[in-house]
Amino acid sequence: MSNFLTSSIGKKMLLSISGLFLIAFLCVHLALNLLLIVDNSGDLFNIGAHFMATNPIIKIVEPILAIGFIFHIVLASILTLQNRSARPIKYDRRNQAGNCTWSSRNMYILGGLVLIFLAIHLWNFWWNIKFPSLGTPLAETTVDGVAMENTYALVSGLFKSSVIYCLLYILGGIFLGLHLTHGFWSAFQSIGFSNQIWRKRLECVAKIFAFIIAAGFSIIPLYFMLGLAN
Amino acid sequence: MADKILKELTLKIWRQKDAKSKGGFETYKIHNISTGSSFLEMLDILNEQLVSENKEPVAFDHDCREGICGTCSLFIDGRAHGPDDDVTTCQLHMRRFNEGATITIEPWRCGAFPVIKDLIVDRGAYEKILQAGGYVSVNTGGVPDGNAIPIAKPAADEAMDAAACIGCGACAATCKNSSAMLFVAAKVSQLALLPQGKIEAARRAKAMVAKMDELGFGNCTNTGACESECPKSISIEHIARLNREFLKAKLKD
Ligand code: HEM
Ligand code: SF4
Ligand code: FES
Repeated sequence: MSNFLTSSIGKKMLLSISGLFLIAFLCVHLALNLLLIVDNSGDLFNIGAHFMATNPIIKIVEPILAIGFIFHIVLASILTLQNRSARPIKYDRRNQAGNCTWSSRNMYILGGLVLIFLAIHLWNFWWNIKFPSLGTPLAETTVDGVAMENTYALVSGLFKSSVIYCLLYILGGIFLGLHLTHGFWSAFQSIGFSNQIWRKRLECVAKIFAFIIAAGFSIIPLYFMLGLAN
Repeated sequence: MADKILKELTLKIWRQKDAKSKGGFETYKIHNISTGSSFLEMLDILNEQLVSENKEPVAFDHDCREGICGTCSLFIDGRAHGPDDDVTTCQLHMRRFNEGATITIEPWRCGAFPVIKDLIVDRGAYEKILQAGGYVSVNTGGVPDGNAIPIAKPAADEAMDAAACIGCGACAATCKNSSAMLFVAAKVSQLALLPQGKIEAARRAKAMVAKMDELGFGNCTNTGACESECPKSISIEHIARLNREFLKAKLKD
């Protein structure tokens, strides 16, 4: 396996594996977040958040997730820089519209926008949950006799109080969805899992999956914005 | 039906004296071009005009002029091999252009394909990749019987599709990453699919990819622009196979 990591294909394979890992995380994250709009009392979401905050397996997975993100971003940056310098003199006139999708050409920009969103998102929630003494401490609540942090209040509070944040979260969902319209199928192609038949299937699943992710994450702030929560 | 005549065209062409010079665009007017003439014939007419004006003709690559040798190149109006799909520049005709059009003609832009003069680039990088492993080692001798080794029809078909690559360089020229993956994939795929090529498949995949990286081509991000612009419609499904072949080879190390 010598110099696998320095080869172009090796780097692409690691990028796709990190991407697929992030996709797996997104699925869990979305499923849990949808509890926000399933149960207006907030109990279900609080139980979910409490489970995530206290489960030992999740404690192990959390740093791995952080490493996964860093890995993905660092690799993507190296690849993008190399790709930029592979064409020292640019074309004067370029017409790529019919060649490939806009998302596939702008993966780094889309990823960068997702990263900006991620920073805001972590500051909004993760920071307050992890370091209550530094940020706004979380209120307590009791569900079925178990005392736990009222994470629902934190989230619903933000969305109810600020239309700007709601719109920002909707945008975040859309950027992520666009990143995945290409990223999802590209990841399989990079690891070699594609052929004439599977390519069509993967491209189709990518569109559906990206839509679910974008719509799923956007629907939550929208729900609060429209005043559907009590 | 008689071909129409394009009364006037404006050509914006990249001129560069040699590999070291800076180069820049020059604009030329050309008149009375038949829509039935090929794009390269139009450039021939321009060159005759330039010669009669005692000016240096525009240097551009061409050989067979029937889409089989892969010598012609040119980035025309922002697209490799011009506005038509699935054709080389030499197969492009002037009927694709309108009266009074301004046509921008640039050489392949790719760090690994440096400009030698005007519109001619050095595509030696593709030769070097081929030399690294794009062959099968066989002893010369009598011509073997074509049917001595049975090959399944689907594999033969796919290998044949990959073998259609003429090494023109449009894939790397059009790719936003200047990646040569489609070319390398076509060669690796063609040989890996056939029994004669399987024996050296692992060594070949590693050597060709290493050479491709060494020469400064970019990393593939699966945009698919290469297959849209490839005059031989080589599919990026071959890139997936190259990725598999490369991984298999590396796992064996
Ligand atoms: C939750 C967040 C993210 C997910 C789920 C995700 C997922 C993916 C996937 C699955 C791929 C395809 C991998 C491949 O084809 O090899 C990919 C590619 C890429 N990602 Fe991300 N990504 C995320 C965040 C980011 C961020 C923050 C950046 C950059 C700052 C980024 C930049 C890129 C780039 C440049 C590519 C390469 C384009 C390509 O190969 O098609 N991504 N991403
Ligand atoms: S793969 Fe297509 S575009 Fe690339 S060199 Fe071969 S024929 Fe030209
Ligand atoms: S000149 Fe031979 S392919 Fe165009």
